[in-house]
Amino acid sequence: MAESNFWVDYILPLLLIVGYIAAIVVPVLLVVAVVTYGERKIWAAMQYRKGPNVVGPFGLFQPLADGLKLLMKETIIPTGANRILFIMAPMIMFALGLIGWAVIPFDTHLVLADINVGILYLFAVSSLGVYGIIIAGWASNSKYGFLGAMRSAAQMVSYEVSIGFVLVTVMLAAGSLNLSDIVEAQKGLWFFIPLAPMFIIYFISALAETNRTPFDLPEAEGELVAGYQVEYSAMTWALFMLGEYANIVLLSGLCVILFLGGWLPPFHVEPFIWIPGVVWFIAKTAFVIFLFTWVRATMPRYRYDQLMRLGWKVFLPASLAWVVITAGAMHLFGWMPQ
Amino acid sequence: MVVQALVFYGLAFVAVASGVMVVVSRNPVHSVLFLILAFFNAAGLFVLMGAEFLAMILIVVYVGAVAVLFLFVVMMLDINFVELRQGFLRYLPIGTLIGLVLLAELILVVGGWTVAPEVPQALGTPIPPPNEVSNIDALGRLIYTRYVLLFQISGLVLLIAMIGAIVLTLRSRVGVKKQSIETQNARDPADVIKVIKVTRGGGV
Repeated sequence: MAESNFWVDYILPLLLIVGYIAAIVVPVLLVVAVVTYGERKIWAAMQYRKGPNVVGPFGLFQPLADGLKLLMKETIIPTGANRILFIMAPMIMFALGLIGWAVIPFDTHLVLADINVGILYLFAVSSLGVYGIIIAGWASNSKYGFLGAMRSAAQMVSYEVSIGFVLVTVMLAAGSLNLSDIVEAQKGLWFFIPLAPMFIIYFISALAETNRTPFDLPEAEGELVAGYQVEYSAMTWALFMLGEYANIVLLSGLCVILFLGGWLPPFHVEPFIWIPGVVWFIAKTAFVIFLFTWVRATMPRYRYDQLMRLGWKVFLPASLAWVVITAGAMHLFGWMPQ
Repeated sequence: MVVQALVFYGLAFVAVASGVMVVVSRNPVHSVLFLILAFFNAAGLFVLMGAEFLAMILIVVYVGAVAVLFLFVVMMLDINFVELRQGFLRYLPIGTLIGLVLLAELILVVGGWTVAPEVPQALGTPIPPPNEVSNIDALGRLIYTRYVLLFQISGLVLLIAMIGAIVLTLRSRVGVKKQSIETQNARDPADVIKVIKVTRGGGV
């Protein structure tokens, strides 16, 4: 009797959890592969090129070919490098890109961990992203890598402050830190309409947080070769890339949850509510990822002092002011969610 | 329950072990990384107690911001630790003495610890049951009603410290060229850009 309890009480839940995790991680990795392909196709279209079109129909298997190529290559560890940390950095980056998905609600009740502090958990995960980069830069014992790491640490810490204020405003408007509740609170009106300035600040800060153009100074290939990843090759480099793209998809998903109504259809009328919530969620996330790509195809890189000025002198006061305005207005007009 | 106990001992052991490693590891960067590991385990212990809000705040504030700056500074500093360790034996007696005095003080303080008479009363005041009120809610109610003054004062202390740090380090150096955003924005393209029709082979 006791043994059967052991199996039912401990092993079964464990297996279930592992199954759930696999059910999230595998699609996320597939999406990452599709995103790398889609991104190259979009840039190509914007630059009058064809993009990947050789491997498979329409070049669809290009990500697989890239992955295989990286897998076959040799991982080179520089002599002066700190071996353990050098290998650990890409693993941290990759793991951080995946663990955030634990709290993302894909549909009503379709979430692995429906925790009370979901939004803080995601904020914590995104604030850890800097470690992968800074450890990589330091461990590879190269001045380019180190400069890239320094830049990225300063950049991510700066933009996190305004992301924090954006999250505070959304929490105020929704009256909860639970991501499912935040989505439910947007049933009447998606938050990107009443919180439009915060939506813009969030989007731009997310670009900075993921080190994308116009804020890709950490890897500025013109001056730092490739920044923190200059010494990385083969699978270690591939893990960086996977982590980076998983992070982009994660922040896009968070953007959808915070401002674009998560899994909710745009109008609660007939043709829209037939489509399941997951499809809405994926479609909206894909749209935000497209915006990321669009920005990268069109914007030049910021100068470093401009980047810092934008973060500290424009976004920080603006987001702080908007927190005060939102709180004041909600208190004044009695819009506080109960 | 067994799982909880196991997780508790695991987290506690790693927390203490990484705390020891912070002190004994030779490389300062490794020390900071072990410190971060200790923070993580402390956060895990908070989660185990059901204080998930504190756990997340611990990670966001300490790991996400404070430890990044630590790591930043430690990586930038070029300290020769062999040189630092040379005076170790010479200063050992003084260090031990200070340590002993601190230990004695701590023992005296903890030994003289009595529970204030109003504490049982305060414990008697209704604390909302944890399964009805989330701990964010409970903390918010406590901080913004009962302890609002202390909370605001500690915020002010931090603000003053921040202003102080800025004032201490702010100095305007002469001879540094800076971009003035106002002048930059006030420039009119018509005044500063001249379009020249260049003939082929003619030069400007």
